Amino acid sequence: MKILTKRNGIIALIIFAFSFPFIAQNDYYLHMLTLSFIWAIAVYGINLLSGYTGYLSLAHAGFFAIGAYSLGLLTVKAGMNFWLALVCACLITCALGFLIGLIALRTKEHFFAIYTLCVGYIIYLVIDKWEGLTEGVRGLIGIPAPGNIGPITFDTAASQYYLVLIFLLAVILIVYRIIRSLTGRTYMAIRNSEDLAQTIGISTMKNKLTAFVLSTFFAGLAGALYASFIRFIGPDIGSTAIMFDLLMYLLVGGIGTLSGPLVGTLLLVILSQNLQFLQEYRMLIFGPLLTVIIIFYPRGIAGAFFDWQRKRKDNTLSGVRGELHIKAEEG
Amino acid sequence: MLIETKNLTKRFGGLAAVNNVDFSMEKGRINAIIGPNGAGKSTFFNLISGFHRPTSGTVLFKGIDITKLPANEIAGLGISRTFQTTSLFDQSTVLDNVIVGHRLRTKSNLVDAILRTKRLKREEAACRDKAMEVLEIVGLTESADRIVSSISQEEKKRTAIALALATEPEIIFLDEPAAGINPDETEGLTELIKKLNRSGLTICLIEHKMHMIMNLADHIMVLNYGEKIAEGTPKEIRRNEAVIKAYLGGSASA
Repeated sequence: MKILTKRNGIIALIIFAFSFPFIAQNDYYLHMLTLSFIWAIAVYGINLLSGYTGYLSLAHAGFFAIGAYSLGLLTVKAGMNFWLALVCACLITCALGFLIGLIALRTKEHFFAIYTLCVGYIIYLVIDKWEGLTEGVRGLIGIPAPGNIGPITFDTAASQYYLVLIFLLAVILIVYRIIRSLTGRTYMAIRNSEDLAQTIGISTMKNKLTAFVLSTFFAGLAGALYASFIRFIGPDIGSTAIMFDLLMYLLVGGIGTLSGPLVGTLLLVILSQNLQFLQEYRMLIFGPLLTVIIIFYPRGIAGAFFDWQRKRKDNTLSGVRGELHIKAEEG
Repeated sequence: MLIETKNLTKRFGGLAAVNNVDFSMEKGRINAIIGPNGAGKSTFFNLISGFHRPTSGTVLFKGIDITKLPANEIAGLGISRTFQTTSLFDQSTVLDNVIVGHRLRTKSNLVDAILRTKRLKREEAACRDKAMEVLEIVGLTESADRIVSSISQEEKKRTAIALALATEPEIIFLDEPAAGINPDETEGLTELIKKLNRSGLTICLIEHKMHMIMNLADHIMVLNYGEKIAEGTPKEIRRNEAVIKAYLGGSASA
């Protein structure tokens, strides 16, 4: 029996994640991890569309902000119950995602990226300028923490950490199931070649739109969780700077891989927290790092790891084949 | 007639890539379209498979007008095709590339995927079985688990044909299946096409390798500058003056 299997590794990681609040006595680490889990949920959304379906969206910080503001406005201004507001925030994001996707998906490749970049910026501008609704640059304050579920409350750092962790695990499970299913194969066929996908009978527009809406759902969910976790939101959460942060997490972790979004987000959030003393000069480290990764490991850290694993497996396989060959010749 | 085109025309600006072509393909035959480079052969394929809308004219499949249908619905009717350049996914295995070919015959959706329903599991198994079945037909059972980037050009062509077969077509359009492969492999591919035809599949192919075409086709159409200049059996085409002129230039009777 092998102990170091993939399955056992994942179980160990989950156990570690659940016991982390007991290990780390410091709320600061919990806070940082909770925040990176929230970002990771948004990155999983981007990955589903950009990594698996092949459409690089730069509007997702905008959808993140839509989720955050929907929750903020519904709870603060409309006084809605948190959980109901969370559901509504996701639905609002999906509805807007559907309308935007309907237009954006008529473009492809670079044009899609440029178009969505503009959409993201427009979302940011609307939030920034529509003071009557969003309070503009003053931001929304006093967003309530997640409401109680029966006896469970979410007023401590640890309980919020668990809440976000459960959402993250659910998102990963959903993404995992999708990419391993026929639906996932359909998305990947579209990424691979849209023409070929059509000739094998795939309705590309319908599938792209589903992937787009689902990816905005994850971004909106992450935004809503962010709003209730930080309790304050400003228009900056929808800015292009956030978008490129999210994209960087995805690229470093590994675009089109299941573990990439989590690996990249954790690594870069922790790294950037530890490099706080460098202030804006941090970018002097991130810039070259990103460039090197894109040149040498286009599928990021996770992709590089899997390639290395496969190569090792191939080598042992070809080693076995070589021996068989020699034996056959000797025989 | 399985497929008929009537006055099929496609203009790109002032250029008529396909001009007033009437052609019909009988069920169970091997049809071929030949012609010099730029004669409009691939455009003709694109018109039938729904990638281009014709400027005028109609395409009929079993007597039904399919001229305005999108490509994916045409595939659903049982018309399949391969491309000149095989656009397979290099990083994935042969089997994984072919499995998705049966997707159009399945119904499971996103909800099935998230809940891993019985329907999804059943359909996944069906897709896998179908993929293994078509890989056996094209002779790639052994290579099913190999990564596409590591197989030969000829095996890639076979994989592309397997993918087209996984859609369960009644007619398959092959765009230069033998381009870029050596004579021995061409021989093998010819055998495969004959085998597919014997199993009841109607075939239409574009090819530049005359030897192969003359051996294989029951019925040939010759295009030149978008117009049909000749049609008939290989024997008739070989003797046709217009064809000789198009290929060799000048007048054959001179």
